[in-house]
Amino acid sequence: MNVIEHGRGKPPLDPHLKALENEAIHIFREVAAEFERPVMLYSIGKDSSVLLHLALKAFHPGKLPFPLVHIDTGWKFPEMIAFRDAVAARHGLDLITHTNPDGLRENVTPFSHGSARYTDIMKTQALKQALDMGRYDAAFGGARRDEEASRAKERIYSFRTPDHAWDPRNQRPELWSIYNGMIHPGESVRAFPLSNWTEIDIWRYIQAEKIELVPLYFAQRRKVVERDGMLILAEDKRLELLPDEIVREEMVRFRTLGCFPLTGAVRSHATTLDEVIAELEIATVSERQGRAIDRDQSGSMEKKKREGYF
Amino acid sequence: MNFQTVSPVPAEADSGAAAHLDTDKAGRQARPLRFITCGSVDDGKSTLIGRLLWDTKAVKEDQAATLERESTGRQNELGLPDFALLLDGLQAEREQGITIDVAYRYFSTDRRSFIVADTPGHVQYTRNMATGASTADLAVLLVDARAGVLEQTRRHATIAAMMGIRQFVLAVNKIDLAGYDEAGFRAISRDFKEIALSLGVRQVTAIPVSALKGENIVRRGDAAMPWYTGPTLVEVLEKASQRTGQTTGFRLPVQRVSRPGEGFRGYQGTVAGGSVKPGDSVVVLPSGVEANVKAIVTYDLVRNAAVHGDAITLVLDRPVDVARGDMIAAIDQRPMTGRAFAARLVALSAEGVAPGKRYWLKAGSRRQRVQVRPTSALDLATGTWENAGFLPMNGIGTVELDFEETAIFDSYETNRDTGAFVLIDPDTLNTVAGGMIDGRRSTSGRYDRLPDADRATVTLPARLLEAFLKTDFARAHAGEIRVATPGDGGTDDGTNDAAD
Repeated sequence: MNVIEHGRGKPPLDPHLKALENEAIHIFREVAAEFERPVMLYSIGKDSSVLLHLALKAFHPGKLPFPLVHIDTGWKFPEMIAFRDAVAARHGLDLITHTNPDGLRENVTPFSHGSARYTDIMKTQALKQALDMGRYDAAFGGARRDEEASRAKERIYSFRTPDHAWDPRNQRPELWSIYNGMIHPGESVRAFPLSNWTEIDIWRYIQAEKIELVPLYFAQRRKVVERDGMLILAEDKRLELLPDEIVREEMVRFRTLGCFPLTGAVRSHATTLDEVIAELEIATVSERQGRAIDRDQSGSMEKKKREGYF
Repeated sequence: MNFQTVSPVPAEADSGAAAHLDTDKAGRQARPLRFITCGSVDDGKSTLIGRLLWDTKAVKEDQAATLERESTGRQNELGLPDFALLLDGLQAEREQGITIDVAYRYFSTDRRSFIVADTPGHVQYTRNMATGASTADLAVLLVDARAGVLEQTRRHATIAAMMGIRQFVLAVNKIDLAGYDEAGFRAISRDFKEIALSLGVRQVTAIPVSALKGENIVRRGDAAMPWYTGPTLVEVLEKASQRTGQTTGFRLPVQRVSRPGEGFRGYQGTVAGGSVKPGDSVVVLPSGVEANVKAIVTYDLVRNAAVHGDAITLVLDRPVDVARGDMIAAIDQRPMTGRAFAARLVALSAEGVAPGKRYWLKAGSRRQRVQVRPTSALDLATGTWENAGFLPMNGIGTVELDFEETAIFDSYETNRDTGAFVLIDPDTLNTVAGGMIDGRRSTSGRYDRLPDADRATVTLPARLLEAFLKTDFARAHAGEIRVATPGDGGTDDGTNDAAD
């Protein structure tokens, strides 16, 4: 067979990114070898894009030995869905999408049920359904320890009970780069190859590896409305404006991508990767600032994770 | 060749050589430095880490706002947020005001990026410290300038040294509360350097700091301490060295076999020692079959070299039987193989490590059954080893490992990747111990002897011998030391014989 070389002519990665890449590839291979039914959670965002790129590297020249699952809440940015389908086609990925049928039937929306209930039903419960249906015993995710305080205590192999619950007080010790992948039937592991990456590492890696991203990460004039201190994209008919809300066109971009009603844009003129990175280097707020679900209650992320969220 | 590269030009190595670049250069020309912080409850560890994150701007405004919201009334005297809240991410920790578990923090300067393993000082510190120290290049040990070196400091240093850390920073904290007393600082440094030396750690930097005021952490404390001309904490961290894993020959623990199509068979893994290039002769262990390296495949390039740490796919020049868990190694610098090894162990679970119990042992990608027999336990208060048949939780001990099938190791001292292992309880499937290989035992139960040319004989009075054998050094080198007493017949002249 022919072995394709993707990196010819590309300058070598700096040792910092190379070390992070090596670690992630090691984790991918270890999980793929030790578990019977691994799966990768693909959320279309920048971290998922890096995760997918690393997976392709880990198993080259072979194909990915596992499918990808996307939890589609029905409220993602349309550009995300188009991007997802294009990526899946280009790499010949086995992509499974899942939407919580109960939530659909009951017409659960971020507006009708509030962000906490909505996230639980359309994301956490949907994720558990998808994992149960596939009988997956390991799920890769793109979470990083620098994202949020409770994530800082997460293992690279995060052990979950048959109910997908995380018990932060009872985690397996993880020494050296030796991972314990032994589980009882019904139990599972969430594996996080990007644990030791920071936001700026992600961006520098995207730049060095020329990884394609959803255009929403780059500034352009978009219709937005200000709500609860967040700039919400106002391009979807399902967004009902409140009496005193005005739609304006502004130069904005997104630092993270989720469901559009819950994800705030930032005012920015960064239209290229270089400009995004330059902007980040002087940023004074964290990327999760734009995420409503982190703020809906104190210790919010930990609570969601205990309940089975990623 | 049963496969060829698509590209017409010859293969080149990529970043392999860059890994050797001097870490002192500006820019991110180095892997992230991993370090651990150790201190007792009141030494100000959270403040120190908080200060590092704060002064390197790793804390963002919204995180600070959350802090301020939640730390009402808990601001410190300088009007800064309570750093402990920033670090203790779990609800239970916030409620109880304690740190439960190892947490990892990230920050960077213009020169380098850092990963701190932040471990609790009081509860189960051995277990958590061992976890954090297992991947650390350096340990920062905190003492209170008013209290000096405590028994706890010695314990932390002992664990850090045992886990293979060879660089210590002693942060003499709260120096402001000790009146910036130079003589006191010097005395504490001396005490600590003595302890470090006894543990075989020569690279020690002592720094007088005030984490609260931010003196000698990131910014210099010249105004208050003109007598201190040494580096700040961050300067030491920026210049610290990292393990290269070059002390053994080539090692590739095979994670998986890649057979994507006709004619391609590659062995995927991360280089765990030495380096490799096409044409090198290698041996597959445990089978002992020999082959030559044909190609080193990565997604980017077919490379002409790979070094320690590189995740690669290795192609050999002939069809050989290789499976996950096997090790591909340099033919002239092989690791130890055998069924009986001596190791040191840290017990991590409530059940401890019981004699004769069978566990799963995982080392690299290899998992196999092992029977474990504790032989001695380390008394952390005195630094001596006493005979013991059981290791309780947080206990550190020497053990004998007996395998049903061939095991493959280097000593931990020569290679942290191929000399480390974890034990998994076959019932709970929990990770119950972390271990470090000291050496191989011959099946008769006696330690292997070195060739005569590499041996030196030392004669000691019996009481000194007894004390010597209880030292950390002697336990660490148990596989290389042969003891004979008069009438034993072990040596020609009946002297005690210690080979180094």
